[in-house]
Amino acid sequence: MRANLFITCLVDTFFPQVGESMVKVLERLGVDVHFPGEQTCCGQPAFNSGYRNDARAVAERFVSVFGDALSKGGEEESYVVCPSGSCTTMVKVFYKELFHNESLMLDKLDYIVGRTYEFSEFLVKVLGRTDVGARYDGVVTYHDSCHLLRELGVKDAPRELIASVEGLEFREMALHDSCCGFGGTFSIKFPKVSVSMLDEKIESITGTGADTVVSSDMGCLMNIGGAISRRKLPVKVMHLAELLASTGKG
Amino acid sequence: MNFERDSARAVEDKNLQRALVNVTDRFRAARKRASDETPGWDALRDRAREIKKHTIAHLGDYLLQLEENVGKAGGHVHWARDGEEARNIIIDIARRNGVKSVVKSKSMATEEIELNAGLEAAGIRAVETDLGEYIIQLAGEHPSHIIAPAIHKTRHDISELFAEKLGVPYLSEPQELTKVARERLRDEFLGAGMGVSGANFGVAETGTIVIVENEGNARLTTTVPRIHVALMGIEKMLPRFGDLSLFLPLLVRSATGQKTSTYISLITGPRRAGDKDGPEEFHLVLLDNGRSGILANPETRESLYCIRCGACLNNCPVYRKVGGHSYGWVYSGPIGAIINPQLMGIDEAPELPFASSLCGACRDVCPVKIDFPKVLLELRSEVVTRKEKTGGASALLEALSFRFWRAVVMRRKIYELALRLSYHVQRPWKARGGVLRSLPYPFSRWTDERDFPAVSETPFRERWKKMSRKGDTL
Repeated sequence: MRANLFITCLVDTFFPQVGESMVKVLERLGVDVHFPGEQTCCGQPAFNSGYRNDARAVAERFVSVFGDALSKGGEEESYVVCPSGSCTTMVKVFYKELFHNESLMLDKLDYIVGRTYEFSEFLVKVLGRTDVGARYDGVVTYHDSCHLLRELGVKDAPRELIASVEGLEFREMALHDSCCGFGGTFSIKFPKVSVSMLDEKIESITGTGADTVVSSDMGCLMNIGGAISRRKLPVKVMHLAELLASTGKG
Repeated sequence: MNFERDSARAVEDKNLQRALVNVTDRFRAARKRASDETPGWDALRDRAREIKKHTIAHLGDYLLQLEENVGKAGGHVHWARDGEEARNIIIDIARRNGVKSVVKSKSMATEEIELNAGLEAAGIRAVETDLGEYIIQLAGEHPSHIIAPAIHKTRHDISELFAEKLGVPYLSEPQELTKVARERLRDEFLGAGMGVSGANFGVAETGTIVIVENEGNARLTTTVPRIHVALMGIEKMLPRFGDLSLFLPLLVRSATGQKTSTYISLITGPRRAGDKDGPEEFHLVLLDNGRSGILANPETRESLYCIRCGACLNNCPVYRKVGGHSYGWVYSGPIGAIINPQLMGIDEAPELPFASSLCGACRDVCPVKIDFPKVLLELRSEVVTRKEKTGGASALLEALSFRFWRAVVMRRKIYELALRLSYHVQRPWKARGGVLRSLPYPFSRWTDERDFPAVSETPFRERWKKMSRKGDTL
């Protein structure tokens, strides 16, 4: 089985360790991992901000890069796997909005959409694995990324994966499915509102007594982590891939 | 309107924050319980959406049918293109009948057309009779929630307000306050020449309008005075009487979590021969005020499916922080963010489509499954298209930065160069621990209260080259 990493510009630029963790986990499970080097961004920043022409150009490029990647590998089953619920949503949900009048583009898109998965969903649904051989000594809580939860409908997969990690204790936070206040450019268009939403999220996280907060989107985590680091709170911030890559040996 | 300024103020207001958390938590929990207890809730929402979709697609036909059937029942139908026309129609009816004083039941449509101000300017006294509306009318304010207009006021605010405006002693108990309002309002009902209500639904098949309430004031407003005028937005149509068996429980359960509201009034024309009560005249004013413009746009048309239950407000993490007044006009929360710009004209409320993190919690609870994120995104693109033609310096700067971003991400080599450059450029701002603590504007809007991650020295693509050289030994 072949997984083409759709690494996302955020992970590429700021959080490369998340990408490395994802490769570790996938390879541990015997997946043939590839990285289409032509990839850059999926176009979501422009789309969300109303700049559809700019988003379209970038989206067309994405479709061509990943269409090519999927066509390689011969007989092997080939997928696109992404460590972000939000970027996966851009491709699987919003691209259809962007190209809703263009049947040729929609055909190409269908092919890609049917093979594109967010990381946790890929592990559980495609590989049928919840135990990926991870070990983590800590108390963990999970923040639902809005796009993963409500656009892609993935709620259980990350929790099942977390539950199978040896040594950890899981505690659900009260407001696990409330938005953290990130929302892309929302976070700098209306910073006061964004931070006020974030305050409530942080309260909910620390209320569990967990020492680690895990999520499936670095967008949410750079917002949550930005406050945790500024406020010097004793909570580690981790992408699910990092948690699953961990073997507990330092 | 200025969402950024007003919302920033709202998040600093401790009383408001406490009230918002209390109210939204309470409504949220009640709606959740009610929907969990209703078998096939999700299928009911699908069905309701289908009916609304059909109704709005054939709105003209159903409105004509409604007009005909209201007429048959002895009522009069008036068509109002905008707020001014609607106000004038209602003022004319009052004047023709020598009405000096009007009682009103809760109606967002009358807020929309600023009816009270219009009546007052015409020398006609208008008194709100819903307790929440009565309070904000005394205070000279606007509603901050579709179904709970005075939630921004604390009990203490109301005690002081009553003492000041009604000349009663400071009363701290809600029961005492309600008693005062009830006594005052009783006289208003008996003295009013005309009652003005809104309408939750209009049924084409029978010419019936439906009013849902808990206080009984709408029942009095529509039966005690000699004339009843109902103002209804044209999107409130339902084709058949039987549709109410679906829409009434969906509305009430989504709004307050009650199984049914305390009062549901079904009004078909004025008092008939042999009736013991009811008005002698019944008028229905149908309000367009921008709605047909929404109807004309297939991408945002579903905004008209709304039945004004307020569930999207109660479940919105943004509304929960900013309250209703930040949205700058009658409607607030997610529904306000999509219909205010469309009803007022998008240039009047260009910030609102952006006043959302697109989290989609509203769509999850909407009884007619309005796809709020989709409509918001559609409106954002409209705002940008208009700004690109007419916008000032900041719009130009934003457009240019997206053009620049596009130029970078369209070419792999330039993208990689940009990664390397930003690693070096960020140096002066880099603090211990590898984070950026204070960046220049506009990124300062992030770093004022949050750390920003540093660009990695070795982006993933660099690391990948090393990893893949190692083969599959990881």
